[in-house]
Amino acid sequence: MLRYIIKRLIWLAFVLLGLCAITFTLSRIIPSDPAASYLGPRPRPEQVEKVRVQLGLDKPLYVQFAYYMRNLVHGDLGESLRTHRPVLQGIWEHLPASLDLMITAIFIALSVGIPLGVLSAKKENTTLDHLTRLFSVANVSVPSFWLAMIFQIVFFRWLGIFPIGGRIDTVVNLVSPIKQITGFYALDALITGNWAALKSTLSHLILPSITLAAYSTGLIARMTRSTMLEVLREDYITTARAYGISEREILFVQALRNALGPTLTTAGLCFAFMLTGTFFVELIFFWPGLGTYTVNAIFLNDYPVIMGITIIMAVFYVVVNLAVDILLAVANPRIRLG
Amino acid sequence: MVMEIQKTKHNWLNKGREYWRGMNLILKNPLTTFGLGIIIILVATALLAPHLAPYPEQGRGMSNLKERLVPPGFRHPFGTDNLGRDILSRIIIGARTSLKAAIAVVLIVIAIGVPLGLIAGYFGGKVDEIIMRFADMILAFPSLLLAIAIVASLGPNLLNALIAISIPWWPWYTRLVRSQVISLKEMQFVESARAIGASRLRIMFRHILPNCLSPVIVQATLDMGYIILSLASLGFLGLGTQPPAADWGVMVSDGREFFLKQWWISTFSGVAIFLTVLAFNLLGDGVREALDPKIRWRFQRK
Amino acid sequence: MAAVTVLSIRDLKTYFYTQEGVSRAVDGVSYHVIRGETLGVVGESGCGKSVTALSILRLIPSPPGKIVSGEIIFEGHNLMDLPLDKMREIRGNKISMIFQEPLTSLNPVFTIGSQLSKVFILHQNLTKKEAKKKAIEMLSACEMPSPERIMKEYPYQLSGGMRQRAMIAMALGCNSKVLIADEPTTALDVTIQAQILDLTLQLRKEFGMTMILITHNLGIVAKAADRVVVMYAGEKVEEADVFSLFEKPRHPYTIALMKSIPILGRSEKFLKEVKGVVPAPYLEISGCKFADRCPEAMRRCHREKPQLREVEKGHLVACFR
Repeated sequence: MLRYIIKRLIWLAFVLLGLCAITFTLSRIIPSDPAASYLGPRPRPEQVEKVRVQLGLDKPLYVQFAYYMRNLVHGDLGESLRTHRPVLQGIWEHLPASLDLMITAIFIALSVGIPLGVLSAKKENTTLDHLTRLFSVANVSVPSFWLAMIFQIVFFRWLGIFPIGGRIDTVVNLVSPIKQITGFYALDALITGNWAALKSTLSHLILPSITLAAYSTGLIARMTRSTMLEVLREDYITTARAYGISEREILFVQALRNALGPTLTTAGLCFAFMLTGTFFVELIFFWPGLGTYTVNAIFLNDYPVIMGITIIMAVFYVVVNLAVDILLAVANPRIRLG
Repeated sequence: MVMEIQKTKHNWLNKGREYWRGMNLILKNPLTTFGLGIIIILVATALLAPHLAPYPEQGRGMSNLKERLVPPGFRHPFGTDNLGRDILSRIIIGARTSLKAAIAVVLIVIAIGVPLGLIAGYFGGKVDEIIMRFADMILAFPSLLLAIAIVASLGPNLLNALIAISIPWWPWYTRLVRSQVISLKEMQFVESARAIGASRLRIMFRHILPNCLSPVIVQATLDMGYIILSLASLGFLGLGTQPPAADWGVMVSDGREFFLKQWWISTFSGVAIFLTVLAFNLLGDGVREALDPKIRWRFQRK
Repeated sequence: MAAVTVLSIRDLKTYFYTQEGVSRAVDGVSYHVIRGETLGVVGESGCGKSVTALSILRLIPSPPGKIVSGEIIFEGHNLMDLPLDKMREIRGNKISMIFQEPLTSLNPVFTIGSQLSKVFILHQNLTKKEAKKKAIEMLSACEMPSPERIMKEYPYQLSGGMRQRAMIAMALGCNSKVLIADEPTTALDVTIQAQILDLTLQLRKEFGMTMILITHNLGIVAKAADRVVVMYAGEKVEEADVFSLFEKPRHPYTIALMKSIPILGRSEKFLKEVKGVVPAPYLEISGCKFADRCPEAMRRCHREKPQLREVEKGHLVACFR
């Protein structure tokens, strides 16, 4: 077990190094001159030259990479070309808003996807199964940016139930501001008993998190269905039936416990993927998270930010992957890792 | 001799029957048939686009400022956009762009992934190790993020978007081909080719490659949905097709400015993306299930 | 003591609806078990003996399977007509079952203890504590060393024989009237087979159960059964008490089986002498299903189906000879 984790961690280090190299190379083939962007509109040539030296852009590429890696090890991802603030700080500030959204979304995806998958497997090849399949595949296929806009038209413009975007109502935030403790609005509001703010954040959270959850919901439902179908054919299910165990217990306890592994792996990967999903969802719902931060950086050609975010997100993705594998191994003693 | 002929005939018949049974199995599911139907309509639309579009020039980008933001009606079934262009025409022409782009991505992916898979599988050893580790490393990235980072660096245009989507995607094909090659390598006909003294290259491309192409083609068809969705996503962020060419993702993004009042621009172009991706994914889901119910839904990466 | 029939099956037909066609896995089988006896059901794999057993408890996976017709009379009720919740009270409680594959018949993610206790709680209204005590008791009745430890272990931590003992413990703990043992020793190690068989027989006597023992092994039948039913291709071809069957087998199929009795545990030699294969179960056959392989087949055998007839008291044969 320990050997496996160590092996994975070594591999992780390699992946991260390769990943940084790829991202770094990418950021240097950028056509626009970073030094020029650093100075803003219409810089003087000698100024540009000075900044080039200051940023180390006059050195050969591998030296620049070595510098970058050295800084990276010290937790320094460079600074934004536009705001001149450290990239890491920017990421850190925008992360809670995104996590807020992602955690709600993965919760929605699991609580909708798993029961759907179980029922679908139980009723294999019936109309219910076909409908569930259509629903799941539709969820996987729908472009999130479009779904977000449809939600806005329906629930904001037509029905007026939910706000169009943002994390909290501006007026509510003025009247009863949220005391920042964890950075997660809903949690902070709950801890401080700020009910007006809680209500406002939750209503702001619903549409974006459902949009973000769509893809994962579909995937989790399909995955649960296919593993459940396998498990339901196992002998121990017949044994359970032969001993009079109720059908509901067979489905949701005896079978589901066995089918949960692949589902949870999928959920873990989905959670990591959601970071990319936030680009679109946050942009449309004016959600001040990492996605918005990234998209703005892309529009402004702010390469240290793009690169920093790519690295952080890839790290997040790889680490979540590893964590899921290890968790599964711990939870299920039959899995031999090697 | 007679026996032999009968045997081949029998084989041929069996094979035909098998395909037919596979087809039946796939089409037994109404949703799969539905997906296939939409794909056929889509391909026909793309092929006949200039003839089908009511205003083909507008579809290609010519503006018509007299009729800006007209709601759906008789003259314009899906309305017009802020430059007065007929949405329906742009969606029809856009079908062509999307399919062409998706096919281009598939070709790039095959061009990179298949030879690497062949080499890795055939030679094995160190070469295999290096190629596969590299592939694993690429797969460790969330693919759309990598694509976005690539286009953001290379500069936003369609060609770069195609490259950007292909780069995180080829390792899947390398893996697929490699596993095929490894099983084919030991087969009788390859052994005999080797015994005759055929060169490695010849064995690889004449004997092994044709035999592992069909799973590659199946996989490529199934991946179309994902690729079209990625292209639309990049387009939406302004990182793909550049105006005035018609692209569904760009159209959704263009409509965003007006969509609370002029909802039709984004809505209809989004429906086009959704239906297309849905159709490919439904077909893919059906085929996977028919081929092997045990095959897990391969993780499509966003 | 009068012979009381505990369970009887009448004209059972269980079909599977597959791509190839309708597979008649069980095609009109009848037999009964008398209280306190062990009924052996023998036949090659695929002859429908296991499907019959699963049909008794209505455990046929549907689709593709379906019990098309027939009655299963137990304690004066036709089990086919019972609603599912009443059926569940019978499963495990009045009729329990041991399966062929101890490897896969226990749920891999629950401990032995929790699986046993769950069944006992369900059927005997025991508290958790009592159920646990009972489970330990049963495990030691099955000669399991250190049952307390076994309780906490997962199936994968036990050997095949141990797992089968746990299954037996589960079956016995329910105090059921009828025990259906479906090839209980086939999947086990040769050395373990005899042990498990002896244990099953001994405990059956101790607990006073009636047993249906399904096997392809006539050696086991000779050792364990009081009466025997021989099945071929979904039908019953012969029925007799164990002595007259071995003394005077009537059906050519039974005779062929006798000739190839394997040594306990060496089943691979089985039926080498009978040439040909069982007809595909979805073929419609008008005559005797064994005719194609039968050394003594006559013209008539291919045209006409032989009905069961009583050749001696309690000895039934479906053959013209």
